[in-house]
Amino acid sequence: MNFSEYLLLFGGMGLVTYGPRALPLLYLAHQKMPPGLVDWLGLIPGSILAALLAPLLFCDPQERSLQLDRPELLVALPTLLFALKTRSLGGTVFVGMGLYWLAGFVL
Amino acid sequence: MPSSTSNLCPKTPLRAQLTPGATAAWPICLGYLPIGLALGVLAQQAGLPWWAVGMMSVLVFAGSAQFICIAMLSAGATIPAMILTTFVINLRHTLMSSALALYLSNVRRSFLALFAYGITDESFAVNMTAFRDGHWNRHAALIVNQLANAVWVCATITGCLLGQFVPRGAFGIDYALTGMFICLLVFQLRGRLYLITGLLAGAISVGWYLFIPGDSYIVGASVTAATLGYFLQKHHRRSG
Repeated sequence: MNFSEYLLLFGGMGLVTYGPRALPLLYLAHQKMPPGLVDWLGLIPGSILAALLAPLLFCDPQERSLQLDRPELLVALPTLLFALKTRSLGGTVFVGMGLYWLAGFVL
Repeated sequence: MPSSTSNLCPKTPLRAQLTPGATAAWPICLGYLPIGLALGVLAQQAGLPWWAVGMMSVLVFAGSAQFICIAMLSAGATIPAMILTTFVINLRHTLMSSALALYLSNVRRSFLALFAYGITDESFAVNMTAFRDGHWNRHAALIVNQLANAVWVCATITGCLLGQFVPRGAFGIDYALTGMFICLLVFQLRGRLYLITGLLAGAISVGWYLFIPGDSYIVGASVTAATLGYFLQKHHRRSG
């Protein structure tokens, strides 16, 4: 591919990525939202996080199958406890990384 | 001009928010390093020059879509197919963009247009948590977005240029974003309703991921779980 073909491809990809990121915000930020929508949107962040996280922990990405003995899941349990106990984002990231690194030697 | 900022430094609110923004952004940046390097290495192996990788990271700035684009490029896919795939993968950002509107109401549109560029899974999760805590403002949130973007662009270009020399999986850094998501999820679970909704989302997501190909599981599971949680809340309010 040459420069203009790359520009066409990535420009197109950029536009279809930017649209969904910008349009709801540009529209809804200047609207009076109905209280039902506000309640519903309030449940969205936790739902998205859980929906992103669960397959990372419980599923094998290559086979796309359920796998309950993944190091990702085993490390998640103490990491979760640490997060609940300390509520420290930076600490949790480091504890998770350290345990995952160790798990690579042990498992 | 409407503003929700605590104007300690009204002339340069962005500079005043640099420290809190950077403090909030560092776990994202740490997590983006290995992923960005890996993307750069794959892109280089697929024959992309470094400037094309940089162009891609600046124009698209969406990790999973970029990985899939590289795979499709290697497989000889057409440009319309790659753009359409990107669109479908990134539709989930409509949900995040809508939820962020709760905290950015009546902010001027030029700011929102710039802010929207940096809405990713990671910046969304960090900013929403901080906004809900109440000590956050749009300038700090913008800094989170832009710092993450800068690290992403640098990491992907670096990966393309010298990625072969970086050892894989060093120091468990591949777990940085997973650890961040775990802690941010803990922050979101502020009561029984949120816990139930989160458990539903996780269970539906796993089921959806196993049985439906593609990336629809994130949107599918979060919309379904939030809707169930919403009706649960309504029912509870009515009966309680």
